[in-house]
Amino acid sequence: MSRDKVIKENFTKLQQKSRAAWESLRERPLILVGTATCGRAAGALEILKVIKEELAKSGLEASVLEVGCMGHCYAEPLVTVYKPGFPPICYGYVTEGIAARLVQDFLGGDDPCLEFALAALEANDMVPAFTDFPRGMIEKNIILDKCGLIDPENIEHYIALGGYAALAGALGRDPGQVLEEIKASGLRGRGGAGFPTGRKWETCRLAPGEEKYVICNADEGDPGAFMDRAILESNPHQVLEGLAIAAYTVGARQGYFYIRAEYPLAVARVKKAIEQARQAGLLGTNILGSGFDFDVDVFQGSGAFVCGEETALIASMEGEPGLPRHRPPFPATAGLRGKPTVINNVKTLSYVPHIVERGARWFRETGTDGSPGTAVFALAGKVINTGLAEVPMGTTLREVVYDVGSGIPGGKAFKAVQIGGPSGGCLPESALDMPIDFDSLSQAGAMMGSGGMVILDEDDCMVEIARFFLDFTQKESCGKCTMCRLGTRQMLDILEAITKGQGKPGDIELLLELAEDVKAGSLCGLGKTAPNPVLSTIRYFRDEYEAHIKERRCPALMCQSLIAYYILPEKCERSCDACVGSCPVEAIYTNEDRIKVIDQQKCVKCASCLEACPPQYKAVIKLSPPELVNEMGA
Amino acid sequence: MVLTEEEKRVALEQTGSILENYPPDRGNLIPILQQVQEKLGYVPLVAMEEVARHLGVPAVDVYSVATFYNQFRLIPPGKHQVKVCMGTACHMKGGHIILDCWKRRLGIDVNQVTPDREFSLERVACVGCCTMAPVTVIDDEVHGKVTPTRVDGLLFSFGVKIPKGQQKEGETVEQG
Repeated sequence: MSRDKVIKENFTKLQQKSRAAWESLRERPLILVGTATCGRAAGALEILKVIKEELAKSGLEASVLEVGCMGHCYAEPLVTVYKPGFPPICYGYVTEGIAARLVQDFLGGDDPCLEFALAALEANDMVPAFTDFPRGMIEKNIILDKCGLIDPENIEHYIALGGYAALAGALGRDPGQVLEEIKASGLRGRGGAGFPTGRKWETCRLAPGEEKYVICNADEGDPGAFMDRAILESNPHQVLEGLAIAAYTVGARQGYFYIRAEYPLAVARVKKAIEQARQAGLLGTNILGSGFDFDVDVFQGSGAFVCGEETALIASMEGEPGLPRHRPPFPATAGLRGKPTVINNVKTLSYVPHIVERGARWFRETGTDGSPGTAVFALAGKVINTGLAEVPMGTTLREVVYDVGSGIPGGKAFKAVQIGGPSGGCLPESALDMPIDFDSLSQAGAMMGSGGMVILDEDDCMVEIARFFLDFTQKESCGKCTMCRLGTRQMLDILEAITKGQGKPGDIELLLELAEDVKAGSLCGLGKTAPNPVLSTIRYFRDEYEAHIKERRCPALMCQSLIAYYILPEKCERSCDACVGSCPVEAIYTNEDRIKVIDQQKCVKCASCLEACPPQYKAVIKLSPPELVNEMGA
Repeated sequence: MVLTEEEKRVALEQTGSILENYPPDRGNLIPILQQVQEKLGYVPLVAMEEVARHLGVPAVDVYSVATFYNQFRLIPPGKHQVKVCMGTACHMKGGHIILDCWKRRLGIDVNQVTPDREFSLERVACVGCCTMAPVTVIDDEVHGKVTPTRVDGLLFSFGVKIPKGQQKEGETVEQG
């Protein structure tokens, strides 16, 4: 029997077994509970317990599965119910009471409890589906399509829904053909810089040497980004399959997952996935009878942002401090232990099975010419629907913020969107209609980065944002290049002075000058991009810098040193004590008119009173500069 | 912080049993240190020296790795570890205010332990729960949407009573 026939036969057997398991699961009602880290933080594990208890109590027959993240993190905990005769319905903001009702009334009776439903998963006549909402029309799920719908700890679910077919297909072809497919697809690295994946693989494939490695970079250190975590927790097999295809293409027999230690659940789920793949014969020696050997280990990163950089990542795997090295030689020719090494981001590898399975032409149908495919964003900050969203490249920022994210909460005004984390920049309202892709973003002074997108509203101070990111990069600078180590320190000192109202004329110009020096004098991406948040905020929000420096005023009322809390006497309700009880330092007293007053000497500016003041009074306000308090009193 | 003889003995014993599973290859340094930290909760100097001997590298190399990476803690942690997320989303939603609250309530600064060793306080870059901002992680349990009053509530759940108005001198933030 020929080699590809053997592979096909072995894989078909595996597929049939998995499909049978999946079908049998669907014969009874099925309840999915999202228990990725985001779900757990919202209390999904308690919901799971209630559902299991209720099922036991009522004696109803149903399967319960722990699944990953669907991306609708704003509505966690999420529960999806499959009941024969009904469309699959997803419920959001599930409480223990709702969970109990879903079991009693929906599974026990026939009331689908639509008052708690978020949307149906498929179009139907009963409940609006996700695809009926603006968000669903813009979203196009390629690498998130199975997230939240399958048990990430069960390889059979992944295989039953088409998983590992791409690996089986690739093993039946010549590695060169697989490489051509990836090259033709125009896939670009989703780790941030957007380097063509096919070229990276080709360099490694052509590099001399028997021993080669493939590494999945899951050192997602960018604060404000959680796509990689969600994918690893929700569908680890997809990434593993991509890694195996990469290994086959470049000729590697050993692979690694480099996962940051702050993601314990992702580490556990990937380890389990590797174990299951080994048992199914999809990893190890002679995979599916193809003669191809490949195995994978997990290496836990130790919390250094710079290790997201390829050469620093390699250094840390070799037991060294994570200092980047000069490139060239690139890791594709001399990487881990000096051997040719391909390092790809979690998302990049996730696309690989889809491209191999459906072809480069299919992949190119989505997105733009220069950046084919989709972009996955982690929406966070001041946006109503926080969570994960996968949209075609070329979608405008406005669509992402207003249609996918449903806009800004509390009727506040949009101010900026921060893309790309500490390496990216802040884009103002005027940039909202720009189509998102690798090239347009860098032109605007931001960067695709790994895909963190933090929405900022009128209450966010742009100087403070710049200071925050620079504080992060300054702390994370490995210290190798002088410009990055000391230049960022100088810039941070200036920004700190500005946010404290101690800025001097000429500070902005000095920041711009230092920024150019840091960019030019740094070896790796961390230093080269560290000034971006400062540069982009000066470019688009220079007036805010000037207000801080010239007027000692924070227009967004955010910088703590430049504001004071004040209780408006005319609005204060005399018989209410809410603010007094909320103050952690007893800074609020009642004056002779029974009006509450803040003792400015005691106040620690924690904003508790502002939150505690009942909305019908809204008596607590912030003032900037703080000296305004004296004028108010007068 | 000075370790007791007993702590040193336990540290050496545990480190020794961990080292048995690893061949003396420098590439194993970080996994070994991670194991030590998982067993002991921190990486004491005696353990670092032991690891250096096992791998045949200078102790200063082990020290440089242990101090380079944020994950490694060099002093014993509190019984409960409070980690306040300082990621972008948490920062925008007042993470620094929450950190101030923990500092004030526990009476310690970041990377310190309360004198009774009950609580230690750390800041973490991002725990990936940005949608639940601001986030505090206590002993691997993630608490989302934390407010100053919630800090008191969480402490209360650990049996800590917060007497009102018992702030120490010099805690007020300087004005203007």
